Amino acid sequence: MRHALRTLQSGVKSLYLHPMRSLLTVLGIFIGVASVIWLLAIGEGISRKAQEQIESLGADNIIVSTIKPPNEALSAGGGGGRMQFPEYGLTRADYERLTETIPTVIKAAPLKDFQETFQNGSRKIDGRLVGCTPSYVDVVKIAMFDGRFFNDQENDEARDYCVLGAGVAEKLFPYEEPIGKLIRVGENYFYRVIGVAQSRDPSAAIGSSMKSEDYSFDVYIPLKTMETRVGDTVVVRRSGSMEGETVQLKQITLKVKDVASVMETADLIKMTLDDYHTKFEDYGVTVPLELLEQAKTTRMMFNVFMGLIAGISLVVGGIGIMNIMLATVTERTREIGIRRALGAKRGDIVRQFLIETIVLSVVGGGLGVLVGLTCSPATTFAMGVIKRANPDLIASLPPIVQELKPIIVYWSVPLAFMISIIIGVVFGVYPAIRAAKMDPIEALRHE
Amino acid sequence: MKDYKNKNANPVDESGQFFAAKLTGVKREYVLKGETVYALRGVDLEVPQGDYVAIMGASGSGKSTMLNLLGCLDRPTSGKIWLGRDDVTSLDDDSLSEIRASRIGFVFQSYNLIQQLTVIENIEVPLFYQRNANLRSRKRCVELANLVGLSQRLNHRPTQLSGGQQQRVAIARSLVNDPYFILADEPTGNLDSKTTAEILDLLDELNAQGRTIILVTHEDDVGARSKRIVRLRDGLIESDVRLRPNDPPPKRPDALV
Repeated sequence: MRHALRTLQSGVKSLYLHPMRSLLTVLGIFIGVASVIWLLAIGEGISRKAQEQIESLGADNIIVSTIKPPNEALSAGGGGGRMQFPEYGLTRADYERLTETIPTVIKAAPLKDFQETFQNGSRKIDGRLVGCTPSYVDVVKIAMFDGRFFNDQENDEARDYCVLGAGVAEKLFPYEEPIGKLIRVGENYFYRVIGVAQSRDPSAAIGSSMKSEDYSFDVYIPLKTMETRVGDTVVVRRSGSMEGETVQLKQITLKVKDVASVMETADLIKMTLDDYHTKFEDYGVTVPLELLEQAKTTRMMFNVFMGLIAGISLVVGGIGIMNIMLATVTERTREIGIRRALGAKRGDIVRQFLIETIVLSVVGGGLGVLVGLTCSPATTFAMGVIKRANPDLIASLPPIVQELKPIIVYWSVPLAFMISIIIGVVFGVYPAIRAAKMDPIEALRHE
Repeated sequence: MKDYKNKNANPVDESGQFFAAKLTGVKREYVLKGETVYALRGVDLEVPQGDYVAIMGASGSGKSTMLNLLGCLDRPTSGKIWLGRDDVTSLDDDSLSEIRASRIGFVFQSYNLIQQLTVIENIEVPLFYQRNANLRSRKRCVELANLVGLSQRLNHRPTQLSGGQQQRVAIARSLVNDPYFILADEPTGNLDSKTTAEILDLLDELNAQGRTIILVTHEDDVGARSKRIVRLRDGLIESDVRLRPNDPPPKRPDALV
């Protein structure tokens, strides 16, 4: 123990003899270790964000949404006369079928939505008008800030009630209590505010099947009310022609009994719908659970990729260390001869140089860990600098990068440290053995 | 601990005399570029305890080979080498290292101190490789530094010392393991005449205290300070002349003189 300590001490001393060289030698390992920690932290930050967003969709949910088929398919299949608009998408019948025939579905929330303009007097805001049933609250997890959501009876009676998203409420009623007031939606309709939803983080886009959603500019009305007041057909007037389409439901969110039966239920849903949607593919099924699994796989691949990059820089660092150690061994041939003459065994020499290499790599690793731990503040700082210098660049980045918050993976620190020791051993063995193999007589004669 | 390293038993030759080193019929041949070089052609030498032997000869006489063999840095092609009562002729590398660490005190022409270590640490090196470096040994190193007159420079580095001072450190280092003999290779070769005299005085003093010294040199006046001059020529002992009687103190000196 004492002996090992002394060897270590003398190793540190030898390195201290050339502080600049030692520092430069260590640079490779330092960068390697810091990058292991950084890359893992950034990867973790991104993937955790993605995971949170997917989880906010609900792991036990299945989302079936209407997808507009390509125009050629629509005109080919749509047929009809001059004034008939193509009809596609999910139907109320689909909703009935899914809820009635699939036993694992315990709750379902159908909805349709339009972009609308909401007004309170002179105050105006554009947002999404969502027609939904009360079950939507549970399925999408809307929390109420004030007032209440409409109930089933009010839905059936097609009442002109509405619930405002947080952003809408703030814009339209900055100084007054919105509950009980009327708002104007579009040109013709007035709705009475009965509740305000709590603000929530917008969900991110997931793959191509889910667009990002910002719930704060939503206004919720009973689905029945929307059907009676707006109907299913939306017509857009253009110069010289009219275009329109008929869609009964935009989306159905189904809550499944338990997470275990999600995949099975999703298959069942697809089978059921395929029987009735034969003309064209006009719906898509999103399974958050599946996305979650995918996200996990992606994350693992990401980590492996990052690890590979970091690994390469560590190997390069290791080779740098080996290079310097080989030079050191040659340079210190005479010292090796002296030590051998004074009784050092081959093993002692191997140990001495191995320990020096390990000290180098551990110092590099330690510095790397220290700098690696600064990942989070450094990222924030770098973001701030770039934002000030070039705001457009930041704005053009995807939101997940804009809001990047690296999370240091706790095991990356000991891992990085271990790797640096291993590198010290691996790349130190050869120079150390070279040193030990020297003939002491030759070594003593070396100038 | 292997038995050849049994230092506590007083090693005595069969005849009752203790030889710090003994060579019988030692030959050493090298093969250099396909040609065999006969460096030593059969040398017999006995170095009794307390003696002060100067090995002399022109270059190519086998001096260095002899030095390497006595220093257990090399093995003979044939013949036997004894250190104390132990045959070290065919020990393996690790055992030879142990022998060097425990029984031989090296002093070199170019001092050969380790640059990054202080005076006191340099003195301690042989103990370190004997796995014997501890607080008590540190005290001993300080005493040895005092003995060679370097008590004020314990924490200096070799580069901060003059040649004579460095050689003093080397001599202190050669004493630290209480060796069977000090093996000095041209110890004054790099020194001016005044410092040479000082170092030789120090060696005389050590020998007077009972230390066995084997000194390799080609300078006659250095050799003349010894008790006995062994001249080598073409790998054989040409002459073995005793200048002064070897009257060692009755007891082998203890840990510190």
